[in-house]
Amino acid sequence: MIRIQREDFDIGAELASLTDGNARIGGLAMFVGLVRDRASQGQISAMTLEHYPGMTERRLGEIEAEARRRWPLEGVTIIHRYGRLEPGERIVLVATTSSHRQAALDSCAFLIDWLKTKAPFWKLEEGAAGVQWVEARESDDQAAERWKK
Amino acid sequence: MKLLYFAWVRTNIGKAEEEVAAPDHVQTVEDLLDWLATLGPQYAAALDRRNVVKVAVNHEYVEHDHPVRPDDEVALFPPVTGG
Repeated sequence: MIRIQREDFDIGAELASLTDGNARIGGLAMFVGLVRDRASQGQISAMTLEHYPGMTERRLGEIEAEARRRWPLEGVTIIHRYGRLEPGERIVLVATTSSHRQAALDSCAFLIDWLKTKAPFWKLEEGAAGVQWVEARESDDQAAERWKK
Repeated sequence: MKLLYFAWVRTNIGKAEEEVAAPDHVQTVEDLLDWLATLGPQYAAALDRRNVVKVAVNHEYVEHDHPVRPDDEVALFPPVTGG
C-alpha cells in the first residue's frame, strides 16, 4: 500500500491494518522519518516537501515490487507526506511484514534507502538565514548502492 | 512538449510547467537543455549546473542523450532528497 499525502498518519492504525487478519506474519519492521530541527546550515524552523505527482507513485510502486522480488513479504506500507512540516513532525513511514524477522528488517532498510535516492521528492528548509533547497547527500547514494545486485 | 520543473529548477525558471514547441533540431535531452538555456537568463541560471540536472521523460529517469519527442512529458529537477 502506497500513499502520498499532505496529512499526518497514525502509526498504530497503519501497523494494525498491515497485520490484522494475517497470522502468517511473524515479524513487522518499521521506519519512521521525522523532521529534525538542525541541518547543515544550522537551526531550521520548517521544511516544505515537494514531489512529482504521478511519477512518485510509479517509482514507489517499482521499489515495492523490487522488495517483493527479493524477500518473501506478506505486506508493505509506504506513506510519504508532502507540504510544510515542522521539526518533530512525521515525514515518512515504511513498514514491512514477513514470516520471519530478517526479511522484514532487511526489506524495510532497502525500501527507505532506495526511496531516498529514487523517489522524486525535494526538501526546502526554512532557517534563520532564509530558505534553502536540501542538497542530495553522497552517504544516501552509498546507502542505496549497498543493495545493488 | 510538456515541460515540468521541480525544486530549484522551478524556482530559478519561475514557473512549474509550460507547453513548448521546440525547434526541429531538438532531438535529445541535451539538445533540449541547450535550447532552453537560450530562452532567457532565468533558464540559463536554472541550467547552469547542467550535469547536476536530472531528467525524466514520461516519468522514467533518462540520461541526457535520451531522445525527446513533441508529445513527451519532460521533467527537469535536482537530485532527489525525500525520505
